[in-house]
Amino acid sequence: MSKYITARSKRFSFLIEKKTLFTSLILIFITMAIMSVSIGVGELYISPLDVIKSLTGTGAGINNVVIHEFRLPRILIAVIAGASLSLAGAILQGIIRNPLASPDMLGITSGAGFAAVTFITVFSSQSNNLTVSIGYLPVAAVTGAFLMGALIYLLAWKRGISPVRLILIGVGLMTAAQALTTLMIVLGPIYAAPQATIWLTGTVYATNWKDVYSLLPWFLILTPLLLAFARKLNVQELGDDVSASLGHSVNKNRFLLLLISTALAGSAVAFTGAIGFVGLVGPHIARRLVGSSFGALLPVSGFLGAIIVLLADLAGRTIFSPLEVPAGVFTAAIGAPYFIYLLFKNHG
Amino acid sequence: MNGVIQSSKAKIAILALAVLLLAVCMALSVVFGYTDTSWKTAVAAFTDFNGSNQHLIIRNARLPRALIGAAVGISLALAGVLLQAVTRNPIASTDIFGLNAGAGFFIVMAVSFFQISSLQQFTWIAFLGATVSALAVYILGSAGRSGLTPIKMTLAGAVIAAMFASLTQGMLVANQKALEEVLFWLAGSIQGRKLEFLYPVLPYLLIAWIGSLLMFRQLNTFLLGEDVAKSLGQRTLLFKVLAGVLIVLLAGGSVAVAGPISFIGIVVPHFARYLVGNDHRWVIPFSAVFGGILLITADIGARYIVLPEEVPVGVMTALIGTPFFIHIARKGSFK
Repeated sequence: MSKYITARSKRFSFLIEKKTLFTSLILIFITMAIMSVSIGVGELYISPLDVIKSLTGTGAGINNVVIHEFRLPRILIAVIAGASLSLAGAILQGIIRNPLASPDMLGITSGAGFAAVTFITVFSSQSNNLTVSIGYLPVAAVTGAFLMGALIYLLAWKRGISPVRLILIGVGLMTAAQALTTLMIVLGPIYAAPQATIWLTGTVYATNWKDVYSLLPWFLILTPLLLAFARKLNVQELGDDVSASLGHSVNKNRFLLLLISTALAGSAVAFTGAIGFVGLVGPHIARRLVGSSFGALLPVSGFLGAIIVLLADLAGRTIFSPLEVPAGVFTAAIGAPYFIYLLFKNHG
Repeated sequence: MNGVIQSSKAKIAILALAVLLLAVCMALSVVFGYTDTSWKTAVAAFTDFNGSNQHLIIRNARLPRALIGAAVGISLALAGVLLQAVTRNPIASTDIFGLNAGAGFFIVMAVSFFQISSLQQFTWIAFLGATVSALAVYILGSAGRSGLTPIKMTLAGAVIAAMFASLTQGMLVANQKALEEVLFWLAGSIQGRKLEFLYPVLPYLLIAWIGSLLMFRQLNTFLLGEDVAKSLGQRTLLFKVLAGVLIVLLAGGSVAVAGPISFIGIVVPHFARYLVGNDHRWVIPFSAVFGGILLITADIGARYIVLPEEVPVGVMTALIGTPFFIHIARKGSFK
């Protein structure tokens, strides 16, 4: 029996590894399962039966409001943002050829964070309200992420990009961005401070359908683009010399991939804040599940990222209830040690 | 590598000048600030104290601030020298490696969970935090087949720093009241610190300063490479452990007093090596003095840059340090 399923037509041919397909299906199932639990559980418990009733449009008043207005958008944002961050991490790890790279380690999320905190500080009125629409916040964050990505790339350029230099510059700029963020928080009106720190830790608290509709297009455009690029990522991982000798324009590919990664991370961070370690851990687990061919790695990373953020949010809402702990705290508290464990297990 | 200054006499002369400059900076730090004071008032505050507002500010705010600035600057610079030598990594420093973040996290945890506010305990908690993150970075950085490489250690440091930073943020979100108290401290600042903050830490810092000065020969040997050092009879493990203890004392002590202040530990040792070359007999005293000068100068600048507000000095050093850091990263021949 073949290891692969072949999908072939006149225009394209596609090999799908059975193991990957199987893993993906299981992960989709797990994602769905956590989503349904997450919809029912919270400050107001709604039984699974009522959840189904409400989703099919036959539920009772209060359940409908809670599910449709609060929980569904929040859960969807968690899924999309988690997947985006994890994909962004998978790309970066491919470009840099280092399993420790991720949007947060490279400072891209710090750039987005600085832009967003500046936005909050500048446009806050005395009565703790924003003077412009919150809709511009994501624009600010994505711009920040792009500028940071561009700055890292420019500063790391010295007759081409060395992955190590890219990381070092990223780490340095991250520290600078964090210092500037602190400056904004300290100098800004004090009422903006708690708001800004909650956002910086990363949370999907209080998202609404508008957020979902603003984030979704980014994800829907970038992901197919990325999958089309998977082949190039595979070659890129062989090293600069090998991929150049195979006829790839290494720096051009690296630039495009960096751009996609920045856009994914920036758009996700815009709506959820800097949920850390998802971009680090997601791809890492994915690699252990399906190996490092990007055709398989990317989708599996996406699902895992979604699952991680969903779980972190669920835990944040329930464990210390009625206190809401931001999802980012859980991803950091669990993500970092788990990651260290993985590293040991892999390399002994 | 030889430095710009070659002869020993010139080195001594310039070191003496630098010490003088440090003294001048400290004096400037006492006289200049938001409250207008003159040199005459500053002197009178000590010789002829009359209890006026200006005298009080000079004696209770400005002088401690200058002393703490010097102590913290010296400590951070020395920690950077030791760390760069032990790891043979030009961009090693206690902030990049997460030591400062670790110490910070432990202190915030102590404040919000265990209601600890005694300064004596602060010191120990900061040492503990710095030790935990140093060990974590070392172990994480040496995992894997290729052993301890500079790049792995840097990344491991960034991971640990990010983890502690997130956890600190999370704790502050859960405990809003603590937020306002520690926010300025977290940014790294020597403003409003009383001398009582420095006293419990000072003995450890002094031990670490003297220890670093005495270690120059071992540091020079170790720089030849671990194998060469071993064959020359150096007990490299003992050396690394001792250096590690000194680094933890220096970093933990600094954070306990001033919060995490970044980039001094990177910038200063490079500048010192540029001046006097790789001989640690000179690198260590030069770094110490320049560390003090840099921190105090940055702190004076922090008072004026957005009057009437004060910028935390940690922000200033980060902004000064980043271009320099990028320069080092670009210059280095990393594969």
